[in-house]
Amino acid sequence: MSRTHAIATSRVKRARAVEKIAKLITGACLLFAVGATVAIIGAIIYRGAPSISWEFLSAMPKKNMTAGGIWPAIYGTISLTLWTAFFAIPIGIGAGIYLGEYARNGMATRIVRLSIANMAGVPSIVYGLFGFSLFVIAMKFGTSMIAGALTLACLTLPVIIGATEEALRQVPTDLRQASLALGATKLRTILRVVLPAAAPGIVTGSILGLSRAAGETAPIMLTAVAFSAPLPKSPFSQIMALPYHLYIMATQPVKPAPMVVWGTAFVLVAGVTTVGVLAAAWRTRQRNRIRW
Amino acid sequence: MVDTTPTATAPSSGAAPAALVSGTFDLRDVSVTYGRETALAGVDLHIPPQSVTALIGPSGCGKSTLLRCLNRMNDELGNVHVGGKILLDGVDVNTRDMDPVELRMRVGMVFQRPNPFPMTIYENVVYGPRTQGIRKRSELDDLVEESLTRAALWGEVKSQLKKHAFELSGGQQQRLCIARALATRPEVLLMDEPASALDPISTQQIEDTITELKSTVTIVIVTHSMQQAARISDQTAFMLRESMEQPAALIEVGETKALFMTPHDKRTEAYITGRFG
Repeated sequence: MSRTHAIATSRVKRARAVEKIAKLITGACLLFAVGATVAIIGAIIYRGAPSISWEFLSAMPKKNMTAGGIWPAIYGTISLTLWTAFFAIPIGIGAGIYLGEYARNGMATRIVRLSIANMAGVPSIVYGLFGFSLFVIAMKFGTSMIAGALTLACLTLPVIIGATEEALRQVPTDLRQASLALGATKLRTILRVVLPAAAPGIVTGSILGLSRAAGETAPIMLTAVAFSAPLPKSPFSQIMALPYHLYIMATQPVKPAPMVVWGTAFVLVAGVTTVGVLAAAWRTRQRNRIRW
Repeated sequence: MVDTTPTATAPSSGAAPAALVSGTFDLRDVSVTYGRETALAGVDLHIPPQSVTALIGPSGCGKSTLLRCLNRMNDELGNVHVGGKILLDGVDVNTRDMDPVELRMRVGMVFQRPNPFPMTIYENVVYGPRTQGIRKRSELDDLVEESLTRAALWGEVKSQLKKHAFELSGGQQQRLCIARALATRPEVLLMDEPASALDPISTQQIEDTITELKSTVTIVIVTHSMQQAARISDQTAFMLRESMEQPAALIEVGETKALFMTPHDKRTEAYITGRFG
């Protein structure tokens, strides 16, 4: 009796020790991850924040980009992202609705779904090349905001489709059944019941996809941007954009003032983060209102 | 209670569904096939108007499947074939003459778990009427009051129609779902174990509501509770799937008291005396 008791206690002790070690190791991993993020954000704030001024945000560049502001790049990124949203959001949500609500769960659907998932893993420079050959050359848009936006839309589509499908999956089947049982058509059920309930997930997913697109350099390098350009007059103008500006300033042989580089990084990160936080906050508010 | 309001206890007071004698179902040799598997076969059943018909039987006996034939909800699953004839007031519901959308406005449904839409109480009730194309505010207001009254919820919610449906208790939500189904003024109301997710008091309220409703609407209820079937139904149908190799079948149907007191089939007797299921 006392022997079995002793064995049991030692086993419990060992289990506790293992538990502690596991906690320690996973904790260390988390610390590393958090540390890396904090270091990056910290560096950007520390070196970038001092260069932020009204002039930096609102003026045109001066002295071959080494001084003055980055307004054309900010304006370019904002309008590029809005155009991307204009193309990607309707198509992405539409495709997500088809996959989630209409498609039968057969072989074809699974292949389509898998391809979309794989599309999300294609390197962005490949999208750039694709966009260059299709939108810039074949469709004769030239290097332009529209070509860049279409390229970024292709890049963002898988994210939006995935987010839409996932958000639709979260909507209980019961709700669809209730609507159909009241004599509503499938379309009405989707528009009046399913989409409103799935909206928070769709919107946040789309915004996350778009903020990733806003920070992409490779796809727009080949399709939309110029080293220096005035504010675009039309969607067919070449533009400046924050990520490309950052890239060019950091790599060009003539060293610019590092202030400009870090300042640009700060603006880009701050912009993307603000939008992300707003989206998350909105989602939380919706979640608290709609719960099942 | 507002005396201009038509209530289920006073069906003659006007605004309740006009055609009280309609809402008769006649099922002839009904079968349901999923892909290659026949789930249900040979069901003959007469469902009289202004009464409660209970479908009882152990899990997997096809009672919910049969119920879903009556408003063609099985259509939504795809790959489902319904054989035989299902006549609603003499018209086959599976022919082209009957659009599932029209059918479902005449044959409402209440589900196992309360499933109100994530909207206000008011919006929930007017969902069906709006689908029917009713836009006039006053007409919708009247339907909301009528339907909530018939579902015995009006007194509790009349001052808070703008409240989100999810703020109601489970029992209230289920009565809201009943009101929502009644708002299209159906002739038949299908209920798929409507009280199985509710506490005893809420169950009691639902049962009272059903008893009051049957004077204005035909009710078909699936229940796994024999006590419930005995308490509220006029007619009971016992279904059974004896093995996975053969389809489920309707074993016996009869006036509720008679079926429970003097079942004709040995299998019915075994089930109601608690020997299986």
